[in-house]
Amino acid sequence: MINMNDIMETISMIDDEDLDIRTITMGISLIDCADSDIDKSCEKVYNKIVKKAEKLVETGDYIQKKYGIPIINKRVSVTPIAILAGVSGGDPVKYAKALDKAAKKIGINFIGGYSALVQKGFSAGDRELIESIPRALSETDIVCSSINIGSTKAGINMDAVKIMGQIVKETAEMTKDNQCIGAAKLVVFCNAPEDNPFMAGAFHGISEADCVINVGVSGPGVVRAALAKMPKDAPLNEVAETIKKVAFKITRMGQLVGTEASKILGVEFGIIDLSLAPTPAIGDSVAYILEEIGLEQCGTHGTTAALAMLNDAVKKGGVMASSSVGGLSGAFIPVSEDAGMIAAAEAGTLSIEKLEAMTAVCSVGLDMIIIPGDTTAETISAIIADEAAIGMVNSKTTAVRLIPAIGLKEGDSLNFGGLLGRGPVMKLRKESSAVLINRGGKIPAPLQSLKN
Amino acid sequence: MKAVITVIGKDTTGILAAVSKECANKDCNVIDVTQSVLDGYFCMIMIVEVLEDSTEIKEIETSISKAVPEMVVHVMHEDIFNLMHRI
Repeated sequence: MINMNDIMETISMIDDEDLDIRTITMGISLIDCADSDIDKSCEKVYNKIVKKAEKLVETGDYIQKKYGIPIINKRVSVTPIAILAGVSGGDPVKYAKALDKAAKKIGINFIGGYSALVQKGFSAGDRELIESIPRALSETDIVCSSINIGSTKAGINMDAVKIMGQIVKETAEMTKDNQCIGAAKLVVFCNAPEDNPFMAGAFHGISEADCVINVGVSGPGVVRAALAKMPKDAPLNEVAETIKKVAFKITRMGQLVGTEASKILGVEFGIIDLSLAPTPAIGDSVAYILEEIGLEQCGTHGTTAALAMLNDAVKKGGVMASSSVGGLSGAFIPVSEDAGMIAAAEAGTLSIEKLEAMTAVCSVGLDMIIIPGDTTAETISAIIADEAAIGMVNSKTTAVRLIPAIGLKEGDSLNFGGLLGRGPVMKLRKESSAVLINRGGKIPAPLQSLKN
Repeated sequence: MKAVITVIGKDTTGILAAVSKECANKDCNVIDVTQSVLDGYFCMIMIVEVLEDSTEIKEIETSISKAVPEMVVHVMHEDIFNLMHRI
C-alpha cells in the first residue's frame, strides 16, 4: 500500500513547488541528410525532422495527461549543422531556415544544433557557419546556436574566441529591436556535452545514435521546500542528504516520463539531465535554495561553498535514481531566469566576478547575463576565454551566454518576457583585454589532458 | 492500471458517495479507501483500478472535480508513487 505521506508529498511537489519535466528533447542525427547540393540537403533535413519528430508534441501532451505531470517544453536537437554546411557549401542560413520551418511545422518551441565544434581548429563549414550566426538568429525565431571553442583535451581555440566576441555583439545588434533576443539563443561552450537536452546549448553529438529521447527534469522549488522544513542549525551533511533524497525522487519521475516517451515514439531512450533549472516564477529559483541553506542573499560570501554542495548532492541523488544520467546535470544559474538572482544582481550583491567563481563549482557557466550595450567585442571574448579556462582546467562544462543590451547602460534593465525573464545590466571592468584577445592562436591543452 | 485519487477540503455530507459514483461512471473499480477528518477538514485517498485502458487520468480528475466542486481533487498514476518513493 502506498503511504499517505508519500502521496501528499508528491502532490505538493507538483502543485505548490513547481515540479515539472522541463523538456523532452528528441535528438536527431542529420548525417544521412548531407548532400553536395545545399537545397537538396535542406530539403532532406526538413523531411527527416518532420518525419522523426512528427508525434513528439502529441506524445508529450499524452504523457502529461496520463501521469498528471506537467511537461513544459518539447524540443529537438540536431547534428551540428557545420558538418552539413561543410559537405554542401553555400549559405548556412538556408539550414537555419529549414530548421525553423520544420520546428514550427511539428509545433516544438526550440530547435538546437546550429552549431560548430572548433575547439581544436576550423574545418570546412565551421567558419562559414560561425560568421552566419547573427543573420541566422535574426532571420529565424526558434533556432538555437552553440559553438564549442575549448576542451580539456584540446585546449582553447583563441582564434574562435576572438570571433565569438564579435559574433555575440553582432547578433545582439541585429536583434536590438527585439530585446537583443538573438544573443539569448547563442551559447559559447567549453567541454560541450553531446547529449544535453536543455536550450540554447542542445545539439545532437556525432557519437550519438540516429534518434534518441533525452529528458530534462527540474525542481528548484522542491529542493527549497524540503530545506525550508529543516531546522536552521542542522549540519550541512544533513542538508546535503536531504537534497540527495529530493534529487532521487525528481530523477525517478524523469525516468518514468523518458521511458514512456521512448516506448510510444519507438525511439531509443538517451539520458536524463537532472538539472535544477530555474524559471522567473517566484519560488522556482536556485538562488532561493542557496539563501535557504543560510545566505542572507545569493552572491554574498559563502555562495560558492553552498552551490558546490548543492550541485554535488543533486548529482549523487540523480545517479542513484537512474543509470542513464547525462547532459549537464547539476544546478543552473541563469541570472535573468531566476527571481532570486535578479534580486541579488539588482541589489548589487551578485557581481559578475562572483558568478564566475560560482561557475567553477556548478554545472554550467555565465548564463543569461545582460551586459552594457557598448561593451567591446574584445571584452566579450575575454569573458568567454576566462570561462573556458575554468572549464578546461576543471574538466567540466562551462558556457557563456551574454546579452549585450544595445543602447542600455549599467543599471538599466532588459526584459525578455516569458521563460527568459528579465535582468539588470551588470557592471563589467572597463580596462581593455584587446592585446590578449588579438594575439589569437591557441591556449595549449592543460596537463590534465594527458591521462593516457 | 491503477490510479490514486486524493480529495481534500471542508467536510460535508456525500463526498465519498459522489466520488465513488464518478468512479463507477468511468469504469474505475475502487480497491482501497482511507479517509480521515481532521479539524473539520476531510482527506481521502482512494486507490482505483482503471478498467478502460484508454481512459485518461486527467479525464477522471475533471469529472470528479465537477462532482465535488468545493474540494481539491488529484488523480495520479500509481507508477509515479512507486517510482518516487521506492528504491
